[in-house]
Amino acid sequence: MEIYLDNSATTKPSKSAIEAMNNAMEKIYGNPSSLHRKGMDAEKIVRDARESIAKFINAEPCEIVLTSGGTESNNLGIRGFLERNPRLGSNILTTSIEHPSVMNLFGFLERDYGNMLVPVDSNGFVAIEDVKRNIDSNTALVSVMAVNNEIGSIQPIMEIGKAVKESNPNTAFHVDCVQAFGKMEIDVKKMKIDLLSGSGHKFHGPKGIGFLYKRKGIKISPLFYGGNQESGFRSGTENVPAIAGMGAAVCEMMESKDTNRRKMENYKSRLIEGLKKNMTDCMILSEGAGYSPNIVNVCFKDVRAEVLLHSLENDGIFVSSGSACSSKKKGNSHVLEAIRVPKEYIGGAVRISFTWENNLEEIAFLINSLKKNVEEIRKIIKGKGR
Amino acid sequence: MENIIAINYGEVSLKGMNKSIFISQLIKNMKFKIRDFEKAVVSRDQGRIYVEGYSSEEEESIIGLLKEVFGIYSIIPALKFDGGMEEIEDVVLKAARAHVEETPVKSFKVETKRVNKKFPMKSPEVCMSLGGLILENIEGLEVDVHNPDMMVFVEIRSYNLVFTKRIYALGGLPYKTGGRAMLLLSGGIDSPVAGWMTAKRGLEIEAVHFHSYPFTSERAEEKVMDLARHLCRYINSIVVHSVNLLPIQKAINENCKAEEMTILSRRFMMRIAEKIAMERNCQALITGESLGQVASQTVESISVTNQSVELPVIRPLIAADKVDIMDIAQRIGTFETSILPFEDCCTVFLPKKPLTKPKLFRMLESEKHIETEELIENAVSEKTTREITIN
Repeated sequence: MEIYLDNSATTKPSKSAIEAMNNAMEKIYGNPSSLHRKGMDAEKIVRDARESIAKFINAEPCEIVLTSGGTESNNLGIRGFLERNPRLGSNILTTSIEHPSVMNLFGFLERDYGNMLVPVDSNGFVAIEDVKRNIDSNTALVSVMAVNNEIGSIQPIMEIGKAVKESNPNTAFHVDCVQAFGKMEIDVKKMKIDLLSGSGHKFHGPKGIGFLYKRKGIKISPLFYGGNQESGFRSGTENVPAIAGMGAAVCEMMESKDTNRRKMENYKSRLIEGLKKNMTDCMILSEGAGYSPNIVNVCFKDVRAEVLLHSLENDGIFVSSGSACSSKKKGNSHVLEAIRVPKEYIGGAVRISFTWENNLEEIAFLINSLKKNVEEIRKIIKGKGR
Repeated sequence: MENIIAINYGEVSLKGMNKSIFISQLIKNMKFKIRDFEKAVVSRDQGRIYVEGYSSEEEESIIGLLKEVFGIYSIIPALKFDGGMEEIEDVVLKAARAHVEETPVKSFKVETKRVNKKFPMKSPEVCMSLGGLILENIEGLEVDVHNPDMMVFVEIRSYNLVFTKRIYALGGLPYKTGGRAMLLLSGGIDSPVAGWMTAKRGLEIEAVHFHSYPFTSERAEEKVMDLARHLCRYINSIVVHSVNLLPIQKAINENCKAEEMTILSRRFMMRIAEKIAMERNCQALITGESLGQVASQTVESISVTNQSVELPVIRPLIAADKVDIMDIAQRIGTFETSILPFEDCCTVFLPKKPLTKPKLFRMLESEKHIETEELIENAVSEKTTREITIN
């Protein structure tokens, strides 16, 4: 049995995504830049995918740049914008709980920019006033993630967008939507977003494909130079099969957005209910309306997350300890530290992340397995004579 | 004229009546090691092993491989040809020139071995004549018979050999000529080195590895398999047994004092390793223990763990310093893997203050609280076994 609950790390490609990819690989293998029919067929796949993505976030197809994934989109959006607009200002702003692809990019940009981190409160949210207070005529860009990948907190993007534009209409607003895409309503126009990143494999598309929304009128430099595909913003032959897969995954979500959301909300509330009923000494970090329906981060006192992860794995359940990207490193997650999770709890943080493809039996099984394994581990860790 | 590699087998040549057993095994190991070079022929002749028949571009790769074969003392890339003094002069000049081009030298000496006593000139005469020839033809060289930068060797047999280089190899005894032993292999720096050193003395090795899954990660086990794979460069393949120690650690954790965890676990590991060793026909155990390195490696701790088994325990690193062990690990290529972060023993089970001077009678007393035999039996029967090869 396999219960996959690590959907914030990556998702299983959907059947229709795999079919679309197979079709693209077997039949539509042309280069979209070729003048012949094979090329045009491939171009059509790219165009369709671009249209679906644009529609999903209320954008125009020409505003979508297809990239290799979230990391590239974040780099292209932020770095590309700053490079193209050197005189807009010398300050940039982000939050203290960003994904490494934004956090480390800001670290790199520190050479040339005054780089400010907006803190989050102990629940993982930024305060609009903090954002406002830090924007002035010298602020070139603000980047805020919509949904945090470790704890699932949803930032008030609409309000932040408004605040950014009121404080300085020239400041660009970038939103990392890698985790948010498909889990919450995104409307780039209402939210006043200039740049937005998404990644295919987080919503049942394939890995190695993503997109950057770039509002008409916003100018960016490319990260690399070549055959000027994607209007010159992303040179390199289009990854047609992956684009086809991502397009199919988006179409699928479009039809069932609301049901998907309700399903995940249901799993989440069942899990939280089960945790509260069955477990002692655990801290649920992702509870409430302000959090994404697909992420539950729970910290168990006197448990080592890695041990719990492997114990669950023994029962066929796959989850993450902290965030998958940081779990190979030693030390604690910067997100959990930013929200000041107490010392006795921080080492026992596991992230359970759903997809609509899960079901209630799986959640019930998870609760039982958690109860059994946490008890077992605590017994050992507390042990005799210590 | 053709390229030939002459192999000296050093210590093996000291063996008496058994010598040929050692040499045939060495030849077998060499043949296996260079099996991809189909044209290379390995043969034995008068105190040496020769590799020939390969093409000259292959020589460097073949030497590279032979450098990883235990029992080879030195490797001599030479030129083999027929003919008299005239031919010898040609080849010697050519070889000396090539050597000087590769590594600048100031002084040289010619040494001749005349096995073919029918050769008209005697060895000293050959040396003098060739020495003069080199002096005349290569500029900037002088003769130094005591401390030459370059030695030009000439061997006159039924054919002639000329060489100027000798590459020192690993030495030791041919693998699989000295019985079998079971290595307690962890993911650390020491145990792979201990296994390598024992294998270098001719013993065939197998390994047993302990983990505490799910308290340790599968990646830790993969790391151990990677280390085993590194050892395969020298021993071609190795059987690795994996044993889950978690049930035993749990039992100790529940029934004994925290400070005794490490030493009691060690005793269990030794007994499990011994049991598997017996099943697998091994005559000894090998550990990477080094005196005083950690709590379980004080002389008191070692004597307490040692008491748990009857097989002899080979501890090649017992008096080695950590830096020296690290040097060897780097040389044999296991170091980089050993320092990867995945732990094979969960820190949960490491007591804050482990015993450094355990008393045997106390440990025996503690073990009475645990179902020792049953736990060992289960651990052994639930082991998994893999054969690791280099590919």
